[in-house]
Amino acid sequence: MRPFLAAAAVTVLALAACSSGGKDDTKTDSDSGGGNAAGSSGYTVAFVTHETPGDAFWDKVRAGAEQAAKDTGVSLKYSNDPDATKQAQLIQSAVDAKVNGIATTLVTPDALAGAVKSATTAGIPVVGLNAGIDQYQQLGALMYFGSDESLAGTSLGKRIAGQGVKHPLCVIHQTGSVSLEARCAGVKSAVPGTENIQVNGADDSAVTTTLQAKLAQDKSIDYIVALNAQVALDAINAKQQASSQAKLATFDLNTDIAKKIKDGSVEFAIDQQPYVQGYMSVTSLYLYLKNGNDIGGGKPVLTGPSFVDSANIEKILPFTEKNTR
Amino acid sequence: MRRFLRLLARPETGALVAALVIFVFFLLVAPSFRSLAAFCTVLYQSSTIGIVAVGVGLLMIGGEFDLSAGVITISAGLVNSMFCWYLGVNLWAGALLSLAFCLAVGFLNGWLVMRTGIPSFLITLGTFFVLQGANLGVTKLVTGSVSSRDISAIDGFASLRKVFAWSFPLGDATVWITVLWWALFVVVAAWTLQRARIGNWIYAVGGSASSARAVGVPVVRTKIGLFMTVSFLGWFVGMHLLYRFNTLQAGNGVGNEFLYIIAAVVGGTLLTGGFGNAFGVAIGAFIFGTTSLGIVYAGWDPNWFKAFLGVMLLLAVLVNTYVKRLSSSPAAFASVADPPAPALAASGKESRRD
Repeated sequence: MRPFLAAAAVTVLALAACSSGGKDDTKTDSDSGGGNAAGSSGYTVAFVTHETPGDAFWDKVRAGAEQAAKDTGVSLKYSNDPDATKQAQLIQSAVDAKVNGIATTLVTPDALAGAVKSATTAGIPVVGLNAGIDQYQQLGALMYFGSDESLAGTSLGKRIAGQGVKHPLCVIHQTGSVSLEARCAGVKSAVPGTENIQVNGADDSAVTTTLQAKLAQDKSIDYIVALNAQVALDAINAKQQASSQAKLATFDLNTDIAKKIKDGSVEFAIDQQPYVQGYMSVTSLYLYLKNGNDIGGGKPVLTGPSFVDSANIEKILPFTEKNTR
Repeated sequence: MRRFLRLLARPETGALVAALVIFVFFLLVAPSFRSLAAFCTVLYQSSTIGIVAVGVGLLMIGGEFDLSAGVITISAGLVNSMFCWYLGVNLWAGALLSLAFCLAVGFLNGWLVMRTGIPSFLITLGTFFVLQGANLGVTKLVTGSVSSRDISAIDGFASLRKVFAWSFPLGDATVWITVLWWALFVVVAAWTLQRARIGNWIYAVGGSASSARAVGVPVVRTKIGLFMTVSFLGWFVGMHLLYRFNTLQAGNGVGNEFLYIIAAVVGGTLLTGGFGNAFGVAIGAFIFGTTSLGIVYAGWDPNWFKAFLGVMLLLAVLVNTYVKRLSSSPAAFASVADPPAPALAASGKESRRD
């Protein structure tokens, strides 16, 4: 046993000798300098989302919020729960903690209405972001930052309809999500032949095989619309396997997708700029508290849809590597 | 009649019949299902579930559960990916480190279950949450985002991909190496259960741990070994995911633990332990693959897939319960007492419980 262990250790050490392709040591990811120290403005903002832990999209929202907190000197309390009643509870506990402002996603307006109301009754300004564009005002939220999902879907649909696409496949990776359904409905409104498919977004091999099966079953599919970046990467695999000629567009952006746009395997991405959603929600609360500002003038402020394609990818690619786009 | 009962008493009989019925059904209703390419896709999908399900099946025969089996596949890949990306070392080193990590998790699961006497359901639920949280937290700390970085440029990638995620064309179909690995693991597990002494131990500790201990079976070692087998196979699938997709999302893998358990149960493994076999579990995974993709090949709305899966699960459990009752009836016992024919090995073992 002992000689074997020793041999194994030697092997590991030998293999551990430096090799290329890993983290680049010379690159320093320094945050933008300057600005106030955290908490120096004296305001505390609670930031409540319905993030499912581990989603790259929400990671960007949060990064934006944290940067804004740093820039404005706001102390940020981030919390999240995908379950609607628990999210309402998180808002309620922010109210109880007497924070100065609350930024929250309004993905399930009915479930959150009570908690948002108790915030406004307590005189705490509430800003909506990401979801709830149609309901934020009646809930009593002051401002809204986000993308209009069905508008985003429609814009995507119009763009591919212009290329003569007849039968796109819209891939829903989360069962029963209102905003994903709204995107697909938007695509369908521009291209009536749109078909939806449901995949298990938590398992890349399942996403790949399901799409592969679908592409083999229906050769008339000429376009795939992925609703997040990882699904788009899986779709590239599935297309190769099924030798499908369908083109591919996706919602959301990350470094890998940016590279795929550059090499042409993804036609374009619709970016709703999650970083901006987080950044603006915190900044707007800061300005409201400090200066009484009302950004958007009573109307929602749209953070998307912003098209990322071969025309502007060179400019945007570096930002995706810094996790800000 | 006896011969029939004997056949019925084998754990995989119900599943085999169900698999054939479902397969023929989709052949009839889905034209695009009738191709080698489709069959290979189904096999691939089944293999990614089936490999871990082999271990989960063995563990369940041994009377325990592992709810951490789904997330550990992602943990395995993340450990390998981030260690090598951050330090810039050869991926083989990371793969070995990841293997050690997974075996340690398996050992810890088993050791805690045996040491504390707390049901494995709770212990591994704890491990499940710890791993899920650590996957996210550590990935964010190391890479600055919640998905791992692309590692395809690091040394060792090509050779590891050959081992874990190689594929070759067969006509217009693609055969993935995971299918071959799956077959190998099933055969090894089946051989172990039927022919090796450890196989007897596994049935014994699952049937009744105290009786097993009384006749000198090393219960603790056997059970810990089973947990480590599950995490080894989880590691294996994790390696496949990493080397096929280059990057991993830290939040993935959740929910798959149930698919492994479903494959085992549909394949005739009893939830209470002591009964089941490896071929049954493989058939269970194949049923899962056939159903999940058959619905897509048929062009139906896949929203209904889970409902279909639930009905199948219930049916499988009903059939198993019925078969179990039949097989423990006097008629079946008489048959077990017959001179042992090769086909009898499974039911013969089964009668040895308690």
